Amino acid sequence: MFPVKELKRSALIALWFAFLTFPIMVIKVDPIERVVQYRWDNMFFIAFGSFVISILAKVYVIRKERRAVSKKETAATEPFAQRIIREPRFLYPLVLGCFIFGISFPFLFSTYQTNIMTTALMYVVLGLGLNIVVGVAGLLDLGYVAFYAVGAYSYALLNLNFDLGFWVVLPIGGLMAAFLGVILGFPVLRLRGDYLAIVTLGFGEIIRLVLENWNAFSQGPSGIANIPRPGFFGMDMTFAGGITYIYYLVLLLVVLTIFVVNRLQNSRLGRAWLALREDEIACQAMGIDKTKTKLVAFSLGAFWAGFVGVIFAAKTTFVNPASFTFLESAIILSIVVLGGMGSIVGVIIGALILILLPEYLRALSEYRMLAFGAILVVMMVFKPDGIISNVRRSYHIRKQGLSEGESHE
Amino acid sequence: MDYFIELLFAGLTRGSIYALIALGYTMVYGIIGLINFAHGEIYMIGAFTSFIVATVLSIYGFPLLAIVVIAGVAAAVWSSAYGFTVEKLAYRPLRKAPRLAPLISAIGMSIFLQNYVLLAQTSDFLPFPELIPEFAFMEPVAHIVGSSDMVILVTTTLVMIGLTCLIKFTKIGKAMRATAQDKTMAVLVGVNVDRVISATFVIGSALAAIGGLLIASHIGQINFYIGFLAGIKAFTAAVLGGIGSIPGAVLGSLVLGLTESFATGYISSDYEDVFAFSLLVLILIFKPTGLLGKAEIQKV
Amino acid sequence: MSDSPLILQVQGLSKNFGGVKAIDNVDLDIRQGEIVALIGPNGAGKTTFFNCLTGIYSPTSGEIDLSDPRTGKTTRVNGKKPNKITEIGMARTFQNIRLFPTMSVLENVMIGRHCRTKAFIFGAIFRNAATRREEAAIIECSYDILKQVGLHKQVNEQARNLSYGAQRRLEIARALATEPFLLLLDEPAAGMNPKETEELVALIRLICSEGHSILLIEHDMKLVMTLSDRIFVMDYGKKIAQGTPEEVRANPAVIKAYLGEDVDA
Repeated sequence: MFPVKELKRSALIALWFAFLTFPIMVIKVDPIERVVQYRWDNMFFIAFGSFVISILAKVYVIRKERRAVSKKETAATEPFAQRIIREPRFLYPLVLGCFIFGISFPFLFSTYQTNIMTTALMYVVLGLGLNIVVGVAGLLDLGYVAFYAVGAYSYALLNLNFDLGFWVVLPIGGLMAAFLGVILGFPVLRLRGDYLAIVTLGFGEIIRLVLENWNAFSQGPSGIANIPRPGFFGMDMTFAGGITYIYYLVLLLVVLTIFVVNRLQNSRLGRAWLALREDEIACQAMGIDKTKTKLVAFSLGAFWAGFVGVIFAAKTTFVNPASFTFLESAIILSIVVLGGMGSIVGVIIGALILILLPEYLRALSEYRMLAFGAILVVMMVFKPDGIISNVRRSYHIRKQGLSEGESHE
Repeated sequence: MDYFIELLFAGLTRGSIYALIALGYTMVYGIIGLINFAHGEIYMIGAFTSFIVATVLSIYGFPLLAIVVIAGVAAAVWSSAYGFTVEKLAYRPLRKAPRLAPLISAIGMSIFLQNYVLLAQTSDFLPFPELIPEFAFMEPVAHIVGSSDMVILVTTTLVMIGLTCLIKFTKIGKAMRATAQDKTMAVLVGVNVDRVISATFVIGSALAAIGGLLIASHIGQINFYIGFLAGIKAFTAAVLGGIGSIPGAVLGSLVLGLTESFATGYISSDYEDVFAFSLLVLILIFKPTGLLGKAEIQKV
Repeated sequence: MSDSPLILQVQGLSKNFGGVKAIDNVDLDIRQGEIVALIGPNGAGKTTFFNCLTGIYSPTSGEIDLSDPRTGKTTRVNGKKPNKITEIGMARTFQNIRLFPTMSVLENVMIGRHCRTKAFIFGAIFRNAATRREEAAIIECSYDILKQVGLHKQVNEQARNLSYGAQRRLEIARALATEPFLLLLDEPAAGMNPKETEELVALIRLICSEGHSILLIEHDMKLVMTLSDRIFVMDYGKKIAQGTPEEVRANPAVIKAYLGEDVDA
């Protein structure tokens, strides 16, 4: 069933990778003790691994081609996950189930687990925020973490200097980030896609470097500690109580975000974003103000990041520039890419997989960033739509009146 | 005055290293219009390979000259192999995809390669063996210009001359220029575009590896993260000069190197990297075509 | 026809790319209710001319004035952004179809309604009564336009899955949704079979009868000659002739441009 020619090809690939990775994987030198260590077992793993992967990749490609041929005859089959989402019969109980699980989580699991779940949910919100920018409007923002930092530092500094509380700063942090989004977005959003990506990356790094070096303002690399947790009508809370409280806060934010993003996507504005992603010139020719539309997407995304930033500062009670590196932006981008650009359910699943999996499989956590990098490449090459691609809503038009069909996401 | 000359040479040295990396960006961009985000990592792998090979050979007691030559060749060979492989795996399948897809793939590749080296080797800074001796004839000016500065300047100049000849006179060079101008036409007149693209990656990677070897022995230490910053700065240089233009990349690199050198020397070294990033942002906003680049006319 | 008001006046329009004069001092005018064709050999600068009119390129020199026959207001549009020009009332289609491929047929037309509607962030999130009404009106209007071009049975189809001819018609529908008084069609019949072309002619006549004026670039001479009230001919960036179909057909300069050599007519 599997041609010998392909086996030969895979063997050659294995040989190539054994050669390619030889200096870095096999040799390890200690320049101080002056010892050389040869790790031949690594070479074996690489060769074996690349042999197997190349066969699997080939099988995948062959199957995909076969499916493409047979698809023309049979009706297009939707993937299982997508069918569930489309069908309200399945979707509503599923959402309800998730919601009940979410509500009861702190009662079912330990404080430690709740804390991890809170982090994961924060990434859900960040992912959904970036999804507006990257997934829906097609603007590759590699400096998303800068807005997150603005939110976090807003709370830390406003609290330190002016003694402002969490609830006051929460909207301020979001608005500051959105404002910065507008200031930055105005000059850069007319740039072509790839330049925009690099400019936002540079901007993100500038923000981090300023936070690191401007000691008088941000206390430099050592960061700001002892940030108070949010209060609840002046109640004193235990440590565990505080964690549970923040968990519910973030859960509420997740629900709010899903609601808002869903409504935005199915609106006049959301359509304009999608159109902009597909063809900028046609979009302009249809009378859409390109700059304004992009700016709104960009600053809305920033607003969300700022919001989560404030919560992040309150949750960890400590912020420093090291939390806001480019890698953080890359993690959030991986969530959006893995989940499926433009798809809310996809991004939620993506965030949960990417944040929870390394937490629970400790053995994997070392390979976390390696996996994030690989995910970006593999998804782009094999499944650019993500695990759950965005389902466009359909419209039912009746004879006389015109009512919209239910919108699905 | 001595201080000025010292900064001048430091800037030129820095600039030539950026140039070796920036050429890879600009050549790839000129041919397939992709910002090869993983190029900084190719440079880092070049530095690492030369570190490993040089250290092993020095432990086994090889003479200095042999170490330099073998480490240089090994770095170039393996970096090229990585560049070639990365293009095949992560970019070639996406050649017809929307423009952002290969860029996202490149970012993923960059993160992957960084962490691959981190896991396979170490996250510590490693001391790089001294490959460039202090030349006796440089003694009188040694307090202003180091021997390694001189070696870097001379090597870079030779490499640039070599590259220019390659692109001007060889068959593959002509094919590269043709492909950069019009890919469809190049195919029609019988250029094997896939091969040209592979060759571009191989040449660009080899140049970056030489840069990696030179800078590592100049600074004296390396780690897995050096590619990120060097990559961004070289990209800045390429954009400054006009991305897609080879003389532009060299010019941009020298301007960036000198700017950084004088800015840190006369103003402050705290914000060294902020200069480069700010420059990058400002050029892209105000003059995305750079110093020597041509404006693209969008076809409708 | 000659007494109806001018809606487009182009004077001395030029566009240079580097040293190349893609358009060289071209004048053109269109009156309310006319169908005007712009013809010329490949590379004559017709599409560049469209791009200058619609703001995608900004002209090197010359003036473009648009007068809305509905209000009588005249606006100078050279150098304005494409979306502003569409808002004023000139819409276009593209030579190489530029639909939003993964969006549905209906949504493509709904995008055209964008510049005539208002709902924004607030309306999107709270979905208040005004927004709901506006959204319903967008759908209704888009559906009506689709019915006109005969695509109302495929509203939920992805645009990229339509046949070639249907995609061209969808582009026209999308442009109509912006309520233009002047519609620019860039090679609307390219790649169509004779039956589709016939339907297109009927469609263009229908659109015109509803009060839209039309400027079209086309290579199909039969279509041009049957449809147009007047024809402008370009070659090497210059306007070489203008007039009624009969006049143009008899013009020696036009014959020379098309056949390359002097021909005794």
